[in-house]
Amino acid sequence: MSELVADRIDEIYRSDSRQVLATLIRLLGDFDLAEEALHDAFMAALERWPNDGMPRNPRAWLVSTGRFKAIDRVRRRVSFDAAVSRFGEADDTVVSPLADDDDDSVPDDRLRLLFTCCHPALSPDAQIALTLREVCGLTTEEVARAFLTPPPTIAQRIVRAKAKIRDARIPYEVPSRGDLSARLDSVLHVTYLVFNEGYLASSGSALTRPDLSCEAVRLARLTLELLPDPEVM
Amino acid sequence: MRYLCLIYENEKNYATMPKGESDNVMAEYGAFTQGIKESGHYVGGNALQPTPSATTLRVRNGKVSTTDGPFAETKEQLGGYYLINAKDLNDAIQVASKIPSAKFGSIEVRPIMEFNQA
Repeated sequence: MSELVADRIDEIYRSDSRQVLATLIRLLGDFDLAEEALHDAFMAALERWPNDGMPRNPRAWLVSTGRFKAIDRVRRRVSFDAAVSRFGEADDTVVSPLADDDDDSVPDDRLRLLFTCCHPALSPDAQIALTLREVCGLTTEEVARAFLTPPPTIAQRIVRAKAKIRDARIPYEVPSRGDLSARLDSVLHVTYLVFNEGYLASSGSALTRPDLSCEAVRLARLTLELLPDPEVM
Repeated sequence: MRYLCLIYENEKNYATMPKGESDNVMAEYGAFTQGIKESGHYVGGNALQPTPSATTLRVRNGKVSTTDGPFAETKEQLGGYYLINAKDLNDAIQVASKIPSAKFGSIEVRPIMEFNQA
């Protein structure tokens, strides 16, 4: 019985983890904290769901659990007051685990994540690495292999990009109407570069190169799904 | 959050500019400054005298040494700055993009390191 649950969790990880991550980044305001929270939430799911059963809204459960685990982590590092002031603001878009089955009740933050990772204030290399890692869910090693670059270089690039987002305060949001067109260019450009990288290297290179083109297509589909715009087509 | 907008441009442009044109630039700057004061973005700002008037100073082993000229010889030189208050980087970029020199020079937008946060 618990093997079925483990399989379900695996499925949910593959289909929903990016969306849970995107929402956690919005709620916690920090990429690294959100990644830790995502990990903690899935660990908790592996522990609890075999006994308690599957929640009616797994995504909402994971977001809620991740958020609480993150608050715990921060509380252990700083004073209680600082933690409360940071996360205590009432956020009416956080859904309780007892929410109904409607998946739409958890807002889709993947568009924010996509536009943030492709922000023009980040270098193109950083945009690509960050997008593949955070939006597509590739590991640092997979990104490194795909671009024939040493993993520490990619890791550094991603660390620096997250630091830039934090220090310069690149906002975690979908651009306003006026900026949308220019910012969409950035997203499409990253998608194109990723596709190109995979396509041109299709002759006899590492196994992961064709996968890169697939990621680009997946990225394009996601962009289209989240933002139906003639340009994307 | 505060950002420093450093205005870089080729000083030679101003040397060769006809007076009518330089008057226009001054007027544009006046309007820009007034605009960001009204919008609440303005914290401070100044034009700088050209780099020949600069002195670069270092103190090593307690000894002060000065050299004539700017910190580095560059194609575009620091000509002025604005210190602004902005909601986030997008807001800062939106403000900085309206600085008149942005059309022919470069504006570096650098966040201020705020030390008073919890």
